[in-house]
Amino acid sequence: MSDSVLLARLDVSQLTPRGPADWRPDVIHRLGAGQRLVTLFARRLGDEALLTSVFQTAAGALEVTRAAMNAAHGYHELTTTFPALHCFEREMHEQTGLRIADHPWLKPIRFEGQEQAAMNGYPYYRIEGKEVHEVAVGPIHAGVIEPGSFRFSCMGEQVHHLEIQLGYQHRGVERRLLGTDPRRLTPLVETIAGDTSIGHAWAFCAALEALAGCELDEHTELARAFVLELERVAMHLAGLSGLCADVGFLQGASSYGRLRTTAINTTMRLCGNRFGRSALRPGGVGLQLPPDLLELVRKNVDLLRTDLEIINERFVTSRTVRHRLEGAGVLSTGQAKELGVVGPSARASGVLIDTRHQAPAGVWKQRPIAPQVLPQGDCEARGKLRIAEMNESLRWLAEVLTSSPRFGGPKKPVGPLAGNQLVISVVEGWRGEVVHCLETGPGGELIHYKAQDPSLRNWMGLAIAVRKNEISDFPICNKSFDLSYCGNDL
Amino acid sequence: MSPALVGNVLVLLVMPFLLTGVINRVKSLWSGRKGPPLFQPAWDVLRLLRKSSVYSTTTTPLFRIAPWVLLVTSLGSALVTPLLGSTPLLSFAFDFVVLAYAWGLGRAALMLAALDTGSSFEGMGAAREATFSALVEPALFLVVGALGLFTRTHTLHQALFLHIDDGASALAWVCAVVALLVVLQTETARMPVDDPTTHLELTMVHEVMVLDHSGPDLAAIQLANSVKLLVGASAIATLLNPLAGAGTALSAGLTVLLSLLVAVVVGTIESLIARLRLQTVPKYVGLAIAAGAIALLATTWRLGGAP
Repeated sequence: MSDSVLLARLDVSQLTPRGPADWRPDVIHRLGAGQRLVTLFARRLGDEALLTSVFQTAAGALEVTRAAMNAAHGYHELTTTFPALHCFEREMHEQTGLRIADHPWLKPIRFEGQEQAAMNGYPYYRIEGKEVHEVAVGPIHAGVIEPGSFRFSCMGEQVHHLEIQLGYQHRGVERRLLGTDPRRLTPLVETIAGDTSIGHAWAFCAALEALAGCELDEHTELARAFVLELERVAMHLAGLSGLCADVGFLQGASSYGRLRTTAINTTMRLCGNRFGRSALRPGGVGLQLPPDLLELVRKNVDLLRTDLEIINERFVTSRTVRHRLEGAGVLSTGQAKELGVVGPSARASGVLIDTRHQAPAGVWKQRPIAPQVLPQGDCEARGKLRIAEMNESLRWLAEVLTSSPRFGGPKKPVGPLAGNQLVISVVEGWRGEVVHCLETGPGGELIHYKAQDPSLRNWMGLAIAVRKNEISDFPICNKSFDLSYCGNDL
Repeated sequence: MSPALVGNVLVLLVMPFLLTGVINRVKSLWSGRKGPPLFQPAWDVLRLLRKSSVYSTTTTPLFRIAPWVLLVTSLGSALVTPLLGSTPLLSFAFDFVVLAYAWGLGRAALMLAALDTGSSFEGMGAAREATFSALVEPALFLVVGALGLFTRTHTLHQALFLHIDDGASALAWVCAVVALLVVLQTETARMPVDDPTTHLELTMVHEVMVLDHSGPDLAAIQLANSVKLLVGASAIATLLNPLAGAGTALSAGLTVLLSLLVAVVVGTIESLIARLRLQTVPKYVGLAIAAGAIALLATTWRLGGAP
C-alpha cells in the first residue's frame, strides 16, 4: 500500500448499506459535526441504487458509509442545506436515475449518453428586464482550449449570473475503465485530465496496489512524489503565464511560459513524456535517474528557482497587474467552504485542504512540504498562492535532489486483485484532490470505477466568484481557477 | 512634383507599416524574442488582400462598406497631418475639425458594422468604443485649440509648430504631448486602453468589433489603424521637433525619426505594464482631457487674462 496517499480499503461485506431513513440523518450529522464530504456516488443494482459516501474527519482520516434505496423512491435532497453536495446529487441522478426529491437544480453534469444530443436545447436560466442582456460564449472558444458553454446574464458590463454548461468532452471514461484488465489501465487513466496525468495515475496506482496487496519501497514513493511536484510546478507556471497574458503583462507571460518549457522538459528527460505519461505504472515507476540525469535535473531546478525569483518579484510588485487582479472574482472563505471548493482555489480563499499533509506516513512526512494558504479569495490571491506553492515545491525538489535519490529499480509484480473490496485513494494534484474509488466483485474483477477530478467541484466556485464582476474580467477569473473541462466531463 | 509631395506620399505609403512593425519588434525584444520582420504588417495586409471575404447572412451592405469608409477617412486625416513636420499635403483653416470628424465618421461606420452582425460580443465592443471615443474628442479639441491660441493660427500643422519661449508655452507643450499620446493609444487600440494581441472576446474593444471581418475588408481595417497610428505619431513628432516648420530635409528626417521614437515609446509602455481594468480606462482617457484643459489654462497665463 502507498503510505503517501490518503487511502481507505474496506471489505464490502463489512459495509452494510443503510436505508435512506438512516443514512440521510447520518450524513447531516457528520457534515454538521465538521466532517468534509470527499465524494458521493451511486451505482444501479436493478431497482435499487447503491450509494457510497466518503467523508474526511477533522483529523484527516477517510470514513465510508453506504446506503441502498429504491431508485424510484430515492431520498430528499441535501443540496439546499449543504450546497457542496449539488454536483454529486446531480451526477447520481444523471447516472443512475436516482430520484432526489425537491432538488433545486438537477441539471446534468455532463449530459451522458443519449443526453449529449439534447445539450443544445437545454434551457439556461434567464433574467428578464429591459436592460438585461445575455452573452453566450462557447462552446467553441477563440483560443486553442477545450469546449464549454458560458451564458452570462449582464446589466451593462456587470455580470449578474453565469451559467456554465459542460459535457462537450464526455468520452465515457468510467465505462471504459471497466472494460479491460485493471492492471493495464494506466494509459487510459493518464488521459482523464491530460494536465493532471501524474495526479490521476498515482491515485489509480495506489488504489490498484492496495487491492493487490502490493507493497512499495520508499524510493518508488519518492520518485512518484517527485514527478507529482514537477507536474505541479509546470502547471502553475502555465497558469501564471496564462494569467499574465490575460491581463496583458507581457514580461510575465513570456517568462513564465519559457520556464514552463524547462519544467516539462525535465519531466520528459525523466520519463520520456513532457506531460508525465508513463511515469507511473502499478507496482513501480517508469522513470530513471542516472548520475548524469541527476545533474541535469538539479541544474534545471536551480535555473527555475533563480529565474522565478526575478519574475515573481516583477509580477507581485507590478502596480498595473495588481490593479487588474486585486478584488476581482472574490470567493469568500464562507462560499468556498459551502461550495466544497478544493485545491489551490480553496487555499486562496483561506480554506486549508491539502491532502499531502493528511497522509499518515510516507514521503510528505519524511520531507515535509509547507502548506500555503491566503485569505483574500480574489484573482490576486489565487495568482500569489500558485507562486507560493511553486516556490515551496521547487524548494522541496531541490532538497530531495541533494540527497541523490535512487529512482527506478524493478517494478513489483501486481498480483490478482482481492475480491469484494472498496478502495478510495486521494492524491493532491496541482488543481486539488484527485479521488479514485475502485470496487471489486467476488472474483476480484472491477465492478465500479469512480474517478473524480477537482474540477467537478470547483466549476461552481468560478460561477459564484464572477458574480457582480465586470464581464471583461471573466477571462482572468476563469484563468485564475484554471479548471479542466475533460476532468469534469470524463 | 515637389520633393515635399514625394516625401509625404512616400511616408504615407511606408510609415504605417513600419510604425506597427516597430511596436511589435519592441515588444518582442522586451520579452526576449527576436520578433517578426519590421515590414510584417505590410505582408499581412497583402496576404489578406489576396483572400476573399466571408459574410454572414445577418449582415447588410453596411457591413461591407464600413471598412472602406474607415480606410478613406483615415487616409483623409493623414492628408491634413504634417507627416514630415512641415506643410502637409492639404491644409485649410480649422482643418483639425475635419480630422476629428473624419475619425468620428470612420469609427461610427465600424460601430454600425459591428452592431450589424448581431453578435453580442461586437455589440459590447461597439458600446465600449463609443464610451472611450466620446472622451477622446474633447481632449483632441482642447489640445489643438490651446496650441492654436499659442501660435495664433487656425490649422493643425501650424498649431503643432509650437515654439517654447516661456513657462506657459513649455507647460502647454508638455500637456499637449501627454494628451496626444493618450489619444493615440485610445484611437489605435493600444495598451493600456486595449490589448491588440488578446484572444479574449470578452475583454476586447477594437478587436472584437472586427471579429467578423475577413480578407480585404480586414486588410482595410488594419491598414486604416496603422494610418491612424502614423497620424498620431507624426503629430507628436512635429510637436517634439525643434526644427518643425522649417521645411528642410533635416527637419523632415528628424520628424520621421521622432515618429519612430513614439512607436518605441508605445511599444515599451505596452511591454512593461498590464492592461487597465475596463472600468478604469475612462479615467485614463480623462488624463488626456485634463492635460488638454491645463494646456488651455496655460494660454490664459500667457495672455495675462487679455482676450
